[in-house]
Amino acid sequence: MPAIQSPATEEVHPDVALVARAKEGDTAAFEQLVRQYERQIFRVAQHITQNREDAEDITQDAFLKAYEKLEQFQGNSKFSTWLVRIAVNESLMRLRKRKTSKTVSMDEDVQTDEGSIPRDFAEWRPNPEQQYNQAELAEILRKTIQGLPPGFRTVFTLRDVENLSTEETAEALGLSVPAVKSRLLRARLQLRERLSRYFRQKQEGQPA
Amino acid sequence: MNCTDLLSHLSDYFDDQLTIELREEISEHTAGCQHCRVVLNTTHQTIEVYKGNEIYEVSPGLRERLHSAIMAKCLAVKKQA
Ligand SMILES: [Zn+2]
Repeated sequence: MPAIQSPATEEVHPDVALVARAKEGDTAAFEQLVRQYERQIFRVAQHITQNREDAEDITQDAFLKAYEKLEQFQGNSKFSTWLVRIAVNESLMRLRKRKTSKTVSMDEDVQTDEGSIPRDFAEWRPNPEQQYNQAELAEILRKTIQGLPPGFRTVFTLRDVENLSTEETAEALGLSVPAVKSRLLRARLQLRERLSRYFRQKQEGQPA
Repeated sequence: MNCTDLLSHLSDYFDDQLTIELREEISEHTAGCQHCRVVLNTTHQTIEVYKGNEIYEVSPGLRERLHSAIMAKCLAVKKQA
């Protein structure tokens, strides 16, 4: 592949100034960061824990921790990535405490290839949006992602729902880039397989 | 390219991380392989349907409550310091 060098334009992220002000004790600057990311952090926590009350607690704890550790944030990564990393760790800790969940680290439970090998080869027609109303669709999507092991669900959430880059996802999860890629592929394929049950084109003559 | 190769490149394909040559090989393969064509299409739809539908909605009420709680906790810590 030809190496295309992009010009070295160092764009400074607007968060950098806010973080600097917050470090100096400017509460309004910190509050603005909270406003920017509170919804995202809540969604991430809810995706990982699958529990709304836990997600609320985790969101509060994550911001509190960020506030307390702000001095330690060196700016090597984006502030948002750093924040997501704190929230992910809090979420995994919460899952571990819950007795119902067997395995809860980012490394366990992802050894299996089960479900990652495509078996359903029907097109989705009509589109999921045409087959179901918004509430039904959201319910299907929730149920389906809940069935994924936490290690897959978390990678998919950060990468495909929250739009973090592969590198940012790796950083937020403490994983290597290849590990993120491999999990992401399997997560996407497993979700596809499970969603096919709902969205696959109905055979002619078969009741919908 | 066979079906297994295609599968191994699938994520990079969607993330636009493939060389032009590999993209072309994938197009050639899917032109003749119905199964891979469906897997490619429906995996793409999987990603899009999750991107396009917020499944954990944060209502304005919840957001306000969360926001107040976060700020109250942080300010309490600040006072102690
Ligand atoms: Zn094939």
